[in-house]
Amino acid sequence: MIVNQFLMLGAALFAMGVYGVLSRRNAVMVLLSVELMLAAVNLNLVVFDRAFRDELAAGQIFSLFIIAIAAAEVGIGLAIILLIFRNRSSANVDELDLMKL
Amino acid sequence: MPMLALLATNANQLILATEELGEINDGGLLASLAWLIPVVPLLAAFAIVFFGRRMRYKGWELAMGAMGFVGIYGIVLAFATMNSEITYQGAITMGEFGPLVLEWGWMVDGLSSMMYFVVGVVGSLVFIYAKSYMAGDIRFTWFFASFSLFAGGMLVLVAAPNLIQLIVGWELVGVASYLLIGHYWEDHDNSSAAIKAFLVNKVADVGLFIGAIIIGTTAGTFRFSEILSQVAAGENDLLKKFAFLGGLALFIAAMGKSAQFPLHVWLPDAMAGPTPVSALMHAATMVTAGIYLLGRMFPLYFVEGYAVDVRPIIMIIGALTLFLMGLIALVQTDLKKVLAYSTLSQLGYMVAAMGAGAYTAALFHLFTHAFFKSLLFLGAGSVIHSVHSNEMTDMGGLRKYMPTTFKTFVIGSLALAGIVPLAGFWSKDEILVSFGDASGGAANFALYLSIAGAFITALYMTRAVYLTFFGEYKGQGTPHESPKMMTVPLVVLAGFSVVAGLINMPGITAWFTELTAVRFTVMGDHHPTEINFVMAGLGLTAALAGIVIGYLLWSKDAETQQARDTFRIPVLYPLLKRKYYIDDLYMDGIVRPLRGPVARSVDWFNGHVIDLFVNGAGALAKFVGKYVYRFDQSGLDSAITASAAATGAGGSVLRLLQSGRVQQYAVMIFAGTVVLVAGFIIF
Amino acid sequence: MSFGDWIGQLENWIFAILAVGTLSGAFLVVHSRNVIHSALGLVLTLGSSAGLFLMLGAEFVAWTLVMVYIGAVIVLFLFGIMITRAPLGYESDLSHPMSVKVTAAIVSGSMFALIGWAFLDAFGSVEFPVAEGPTRTADIGISMFTNYVIPFEVMSFLLLAALVGGIVLARQDPEEVDE
Repeated sequence: MIVNQFLMLGAALFAMGVYGVLSRRNAVMVLLSVELMLAAVNLNLVVFDRAFRDELAAGQIFSLFIIAIAAAEVGIGLAIILLIFRNRSSANVDELDLMKL
Repeated sequence: MPMLALLATNANQLILATEELGEINDGGLLASLAWLIPVVPLLAAFAIVFFGRRMRYKGWELAMGAMGFVGIYGIVLAFATMNSEITYQGAITMGEFGPLVLEWGWMVDGLSSMMYFVVGVVGSLVFIYAKSYMAGDIRFTWFFASFSLFAGGMLVLVAAPNLIQLIVGWELVGVASYLLIGHYWEDHDNSSAAIKAFLVNKVADVGLFIGAIIIGTTAGTFRFSEILSQVAAGENDLLKKFAFLGGLALFIAAMGKSAQFPLHVWLPDAMAGPTPVSALMHAATMVTAGIYLLGRMFPLYFVEGYAVDVRPIIMIIGALTLFLMGLIALVQTDLKKVLAYSTLSQLGYMVAAMGAGAYTAALFHLFTHAFFKSLLFLGAGSVIHSVHSNEMTDMGGLRKYMPTTFKTFVIGSLALAGIVPLAGFWSKDEILVSFGDASGGAANFALYLSIAGAFITALYMTRAVYLTFFGEYKGQGTPHESPKMMTVPLVVLAGFSVVAGLINMPGITAWFTELTAVRFTVMGDHHPTEINFVMAGLGLTAALAGIVIGYLLWSKDAETQQARDTFRIPVLYPLLKRKYYIDDLYMDGIVRPLRGPVARSVDWFNGHVIDLFVNGAGALAKFVGKYVYRFDQSGLDSAITASAAATGAGGSVLRLLQSGRVQQYAVMIFAGTVVLVAGFIIF
Repeated sequence: MSFGDWIGQLENWIFAILAVGTLSGAFLVVHSRNVIHSALGLVLTLGSSAGLFLMLGAEFVAWTLVMVYIGAVIVLFLFGIMITRAPLGYESDLSHPMSVKVTAAIVSGSMFALIGWAFLDAFGSVEFPVAEGPTRTADIGISMFTNYVIPFEVMSFLLLAALVGGIVLARQDPEEVDE
């Protein structure tokens, strides 16, 4: 078991998450892709933790934090999407161009 | 029952913890089982949520049983504490996080026994009353669950032997009050009032956190007994250095829960809850928490070298509250709001007395006030129950229809006004004496304002009694006396309001002083040994003058008083009616600006930063234009056309970037990251 | 180490299976034209990565992942999908058109290339140190509540803020409608 096989898997997962965030049109789908990116980060953290035999288990603890943050993020994200959907009856990201000057 | 399981598993630690303290004077089983006091109501609250609906009285019997238990235990414990001076604390270690030790504990001393007594007795009477008052409510069961939680939270707070558990109880009370104030949440105003109470309390709670952290870390422990013995020994220099800040932060917390000016705004609005809630909240739980905290930490404010500098601040805030809030009570037309402002005013007395160093006097006023204020609220509830309106303009003449309510309400009013020999007289007198004894400008300020406050108290209570019970009935339907379930608690509380003051008459009885003197730390405590006729005379004269003037002003015309109030209190009226504009100040000064801060800052960003770029581009264009002009002069027209075209093309390309689509921005961010990181790696 | 040696180890077979699960789940998430399939793809990805964590000996993280993510977050997502009335069947509207997809593929591909190159450069064929058993959950707990207790508290505050924020955002305020 070499370290790199896990790291490369994490990188691939992250890249797929990026692809999803950029190419998905539906906001819920974008959020799902963000979860992929977070999962990739988790994987890398745990791998580093085990690879360096961290005394404090910092990698695992921070991946636990990330899981908690992800839960909060999904909660807030879905609330925002719900609000957007209520106001514009669409959850498509490209229709949200209010940031244009 | 999770608590029992916890006890069983931690039995060893329990013994260790209590032995370590070595502070068990006696008390035996009675004190060592006192942990049941906060736990029983909390368990009752959970049990009601789960099983309440299926029970015969829909969960009321559980709540009542728990409160009755607390009441009886409280009575027994208060007497035992007074007679055999129990100072006991027990603790179970819940966990150790490095230097931080979390404990769940309970303590029995004079202060906490007194609070158990008040919460238990007043709580039981209010619960009896509430069964009949809330009958038929759609959320009857839920009401009693939150009510038990409310009382249980207060008892957790009172039982707390350390700052951490105090915070837990403090927040439980806050949450339960939110649930109870918003009980009729279908009305938007009520849920707003609940949110307001919660948020104002939260602002003050920050003070509690900061104070607890400052004091806990500088003292190295969160236990009250250890902190206060350090204070008494005067050896901890670090604690001395930070005592002012810590004491001030704790006082801010007390200002929030005990609704002191200018954080008082939530309490009048908290009237949105059902009347029994108001009665309990204003008498025994919630608002007394701040006074309790000041009393618990009293040596910190009292011992020279610590937070003594906070005391003038406490006195001035208390005095301002007692005076200003009393004035507002004069113009309220809602009976419950009159009582609410009256509570604020009386809390001002207690806080100011704490500031003056009159520990016993402040607690004594808390004790007597609990009885007559819950009596007044329950009486008001009885009136509202039969009139179906809070407005005094819909009342009047109820003396004939509701004799019991009338008699008890008058007793409560006289006790509140401080007429000898009712409860309020003795406690208020003791506070006035303590202001007289304390030296300094702040104490004099508090003395004058509190004598004026005694006058105002009598005035507004006279007004309320006349408008409600005298004259002609102005509401709809025929009012009727409330059922026995509601009048019996009124009579019992009226009895307490008469006799509660007699237990601490200067020079004659000193039972209450003996009770509160039972503490972990020895501390100078002055109880006047003989009656001070000057102060007693001043207070009594002010009160009687208030009653007479109130009689002259409001007794005759029960119909037109509202219009004439404007005339009677000429200059102040608009100011009082708008409650000194404090609510407006908070709304316009804090809430509204905070509502759209993001929108506003984005707008500012647009207006300033982006304009900067635009202007910069303009300046650049001007600069370029100058050269272009020269070229033009030299006949290079084609260059002009070319540069114009280039600008246009550049603009239209750049415009594509400004699409407002988040994902395109994301593409740029990711691509930019890749390019940057690659650049860093390569170069 | 040659590929033959690598594939000769049993644990690498397990790894390969889990990796395939992870990536195919991820592919579903980003590419499926059915919303529910996407959500279930995420379950597959996370389940497989929980398996990877178990392989690595991070048991507590693995089970937390299963409980929090697969238990709660996915349910939340399914609710979100239901509430926003995202089309439940096959739907071509979920992704952007081809041109955007190509851009996204270029960007994410170059990102993968960059990260992968950095990893290969840094770690080469370093192996994991010899395992002395999985991380004890007690150790994680001790570390979290001593060294990382402040981040933990910050975390709990963040969750509270998210809770309040979620309620404030998602509830309908009749007063706001009037204004």
